[in-house]
Amino acid sequence: MEKFTQLFSKCVLLPEENVDTDQIIPARFLKAVSREGFGDNLFRDWRYLDESTPNPDFVLNQPGVEGQILVAGRNFGCGSSREHAAWALYDYGFRVIISSFFADIFKNNALNNGLLPVQVSDDVLAKIFKTVNNDPATLAEVNLEEERLVIEKAGISENFEINNYKKYCMINGFDDIDFLINKSEEIKAYEQNRELVI
Amino acid sequence: MGKTLFDKIWDAHVVHTVEDGPQVVYIDRHFIHEVTSPQAFAGLKSRGIPVFRPKQTIATADHNVPTENQHLPIKDALSRHQVDTLIKNCKDFGVELYGLGHPYQGIVHVIGPELGITQPGMTIVCGDSHTSTHGAFGNIAFGIGTSEVEQVLATQCVLQRKPKTMKVQVDGELNKGVVSKDIILYIISQLSASGGTGHFIEFCGTAIESLSMEARMTICNMSIEMGARGGLIAPDEKTFEYIKGRTFAPKGAEWDKKLSYWKTLRTDEDAQFDSSYHFNAEDIEPMITYGTNPGMGIGITQFIPQVNGNSVAGLEKSLKYMELQGGSQLLGREIDFVFIGSCTNSRIEDLRLVAEMVKGKKKADRVQAMIVPGSRQVEQQAIAEGLDKVLKEAGFELRQPGCSACLGMNEDKVPKGKYCVSTSNRNFEGRQGPGARTMLASPLTAAAAALTGRITDVRDFYKD
Repeated sequence: MEKFTQLFSKCVLLPEENVDTDQIIPARFLKAVSREGFGDNLFRDWRYLDESTPNPDFVLNQPGVEGQILVAGRNFGCGSSREHAAWALYDYGFRVIISSFFADIFKNNALNNGLLPVQVSDDVLAKIFKTVNNDPATLAEVNLEEERLVIEKAGISENFEINNYKKYCMINGFDDIDFLINKSEEIKAYEQNRELVI
Repeated sequence: MGKTLFDKIWDAHVVHTVEDGPQVVYIDRHFIHEVTSPQAFAGLKSRGIPVFRPKQTIATADHNVPTENQHLPIKDALSRHQVDTLIKNCKDFGVELYGLGHPYQGIVHVIGPELGITQPGMTIVCGDSHTSTHGAFGNIAFGIGTSEVEQVLATQCVLQRKPKTMKVQVDGELNKGVVSKDIILYIISQLSASGGTGHFIEFCGTAIESLSMEARMTICNMSIEMGARGGLIAPDEKTFEYIKGRTFAPKGAEWDKKLSYWKTLRTDEDAQFDSSYHFNAEDIEPMITYGTNPGMGIGITQFIPQVNGNSVAGLEKSLKYMELQGGSQLLGREIDFVFIGSCTNSRIEDLRLVAEMVKGKKKADRVQAMIVPGSRQVEQQAIAEGLDKVLKEAGFELRQPGCSACLGMNEDKVPKGKYCVSTSNRNFEGRQGPGARTMLASPLTAAAAALTGRITDVRDFYKD
């Protein structure tokens, strides 16, 4: 996993609620056996009108829209557990998702891939939508060390929550799996000693 | 203070707690399939490590497989490669595979219970959000991502933060024509598609207790559709009776030992849940969804909500996608497609319900009706009971087992713009195929719609 400490970027707005992982990456594109290349089909059915015609109304196709921060409505990433959704967002170039609510499995998947979910209040989210709509060049700063989101133009300087363990992993680029493998003796001891009837 | 059933099982599986962080949770059974496992195995290969406890992982091919001519090589090259990769990985790492052609093959959440692998008190995970299904047997079962699949393969553990607990109690007697799918669609319509996020739900109450194991699985299956990590139901005599004698169920003295343990698996009287809800079974009608998330459901005779200042989020966009009017009724609307299948409703009991309803009748000409059994065993049982003939005579296509048109990963798709009454679990935009319009309902309501070609109140079939 790549390290993440701090990011300055413009924001891409997706003011939809309940964006499910089938929209982020439809199931028919899940046939690959590697983690790469899913960005091409990110938001496929919203992004294209047919096989190859881009939908001019969709935000990713609009001229001048760029940035590594996606700002989306409540309950982002609901539905299927497909980690391909996190891979697709990352592969496309996003490094931070801001929303007022994340679905549980998506949040874990994002954190396991160096994609930072930043949860803010509904009010702050509305303020970001408004400010960036008015001025797409608005810059946001995400500082993981300080757990802080700053958007000066919107008058936003907010703390966000992330547990210390996950913060440590992201800042250092460590995977959960490294942590667990280091616990293998403890896991074996658990197996030997437990009294459960399984 | 007492503990909830969820707390008891969870706490008994904690190997280690990270300060201000997640817990290392031991996993008893791990199911894998072709779509969310290849990258996990690739991770093990690149680290040069084996599967830690290969006997605790069971594999099947279900998500992308064709539901016709399963004896022939898979036509779609990418699907074939993904299934071949699963076969190779299982062979290389010593994992049992019930692949295409195997008598145990089927949808991962159908085969676990029917083989007796799924048992009370366990922790169960799979790289699939509907893993919650297994919770019907009184265990902790939840969906995980591929990085977590790799964690389980490598260490038999996952790192998780402990979810909060929620109690959903449904008391009373179900109305005629109302089945478990209607109960769960009703609950989700009341609590919304995100109402359970961060929680594990215990379903209880007399209406839940009255359900068969198949029907309980349908309830727990869809707990993810309200955002919950999972759902569970305390095991009882029905649970034990269902498991007894199944292929991998404990036998002899081991059965007695486990049974006495399973009987202890209950929430204590004085346990506290983080939140609780109570519903009356009498209030529930046959349900149907009108929108593009499973929370957008109504009773079959009710009206679609109006778009106004108080509308639920995304209602306008949903209705535009569905080409439906706020304030109108769904009842009587023409439909084009009926899909009976998926890990929600593809068990033998579901097929029996449908067969009973369509026996001696014909589907409407305008409707394509597809029925996809959840497993080879369900398929064989249906044939043994003669259900296949009943269904075929009624004009239904009886396919071979797989996830099929629930997620449109294989060839089974609902055409663009067409309305499908589906027994599956998600009505997301394009879920059943690009542009497809899904209305979630019970197998009874789906069968009735196939017969009339319209959204139908199944209770009409019971009137003399």
